[in-house]
Amino acid sequence: MFEFVFYVFAVVLIFAATMVITARNPVHAAMYLVLAFFNSAALWIMAGAEFLGIVLVLVYVGAVMVLFLFVVMMLDINLEKLREGFVRHLYIGVPIAAVMVVQMLLVVGSGIMDPATLPGGDLPIPEDAANTALIGSVLYTVYVYPFELAAVILLVAIIAAIMLTLRRREGTKHQDPGRQVRVRKADRLRTVDLPRNSRRDSE
Amino acid sequence: MAELIELVWILTKIGVILGPLILSVAYLTYAERKIIGWIQNRNGPNRVGPMGLLQPFADVFKLLFKEVILPANANRFLFLIAPLLALMPALAAWAVIPFGEGLVLADINAGLLYVLAMTSLGVYGVILAGWAANSKYSMLGAMRSAAQIVSYEIAMGFALVGVLMAAGSMNMSSIVTAQAGPIWNWFWLPLLPLFIVYWISGVAETNRAPFDVAEGESEIVAGFHVEYSGVAFAVFFLAEYANMILISGLAVILFMGGWYSPFHGLPLLGPVFDLVPGLVWFVIKVAGFLYLYLWFRATFPRYRYDQIMRLGWKVLIPVTVVWLVVLALMILAGFGPWFD
Repeated sequence: MFEFVFYVFAVVLIFAATMVITARNPVHAAMYLVLAFFNSAALWIMAGAEFLGIVLVLVYVGAVMVLFLFVVMMLDINLEKLREGFVRHLYIGVPIAAVMVVQMLLVVGSGIMDPATLPGGDLPIPEDAANTALIGSVLYTVYVYPFELAAVILLVAIIAAIMLTLRRREGTKHQDPGRQVRVRKADRLRTVDLPRNSRRDSE
Repeated sequence: MAELIELVWILTKIGVILGPLILSVAYLTYAERKIIGWIQNRNGPNRVGPMGLLQPFADVFKLLFKEVILPANANRFLFLIAPLLALMPALAAWAVIPFGEGLVLADINAGLLYVLAMTSLGVYGVILAGWAANSKYSMLGAMRSAAQIVSYEIAMGFALVGVLMAAGSMNMSSIVTAQAGPIWNWFWLPLLPLFIVYWISGVAETNRAPFDVAEGESEIVAGFHVEYSGVAFAVFFLAEYANMILISGLAVILFMGGWYSPFHGLPLLGPVFDLVPGLVWFVIKVAGFLYLYLWFRATFPRYRYDQIMRLGWKVLIPVTVVWLVVLALMILAGFGPWFD
């Protein structure tokens, strides 16, 4: 049963990944990428990495791909034009792909990634510990420096991205919420005494 | 064979959860129209059945028999699948909701994370509906709505981090049992700022008034679902109301003590009030939060788009970050009845 479920997710994953690069419509391609993420998350959960699996859905499917879709929908991407250069750029694409495959094999296949030899790999695993708690305890003790470094790098990236949007242009109108909040009735409203109606006076 | 029986058993449980849920959605629409009617000094629906009680069914049948119109140049597949993408996460998240002690479909360890992941998927229905319809109004509505949902998800996620710090677990049942006790023992008190932030972002996440710019009738006709009709529109409606009930249910579980009575554990009142089953307390509390939704809609004017963004990013997120630090200090100090 376990194997059957695994192969279902694996087949759908490979199908979706193939469709990402062959789909004609960029929005369809993005949706196939969502499907691929979803299936790999399911595979991770089957492998016992429930925290990583759900976070993959939460971060990549729930946030990154949404922003991706934003961009894809706003831009007028002509995939036919992009495809035209496929054969022409093949001579540079194939070596790059080959280098990437070799690099991945060096990392994955050499036994560097064996959990037992990694720092913290020799820590005892409690019987009933939750996946999330275990990752947290290792992340904030053994791997605290790499973790904090990654956080700082991301922070720098955020600040840089925000700074890119902070361009002042002359002549644009924008609201100042502080001034809007400080407005009082007396600033906007003027009460005028109208001359009294003579008939009303007589009543 | 044993696997087959288990499968049937799980499917039965899913049916037992979804059946009443869909029925509550039907009567939530009825309650909404009645309550807003009363607030506005009207009667609300009162023609179909006694006191208008069959009105939801009349609405459902009307929508079922209407034609689903495909706009010209619409992306057929995405246009039809978008309502389902909106509905699916709204229903799937119910798998980990504990209705009472042990009354839960999947008692998984990372329950809170699962709920957060599922609610973050609802935005696809909105974006794809807006894009696939090939209409500028629905596109604008989808963009507004998606930006709003993504922004408020962050504040909501931070508020939930506070809950999991306080409970020390992401399992929904353990979060409730961590609050065992009378009403002042529940997490709403030590996490009061996070509770308020959660509720505001919950209202914004479901695109309800006063954050309903996604379907601002007076500005962009009806937002992302303007081109939908018949069943496809009804499915969006179902998803929105199922999400409202889900957010209310989460508020009860995370901040309002889940299935416990407000006097649980007190000497005299406790046992008396515990005679009422936990499921009933859960439903009563959820109904209270749902009433807040309707009350808001009848009370507040719609936020302007830039005000929504300012509230989310510049008010709610800083509040949560500050309170997480305060909370960490409270936990370290073993403060009050919550963290001893």
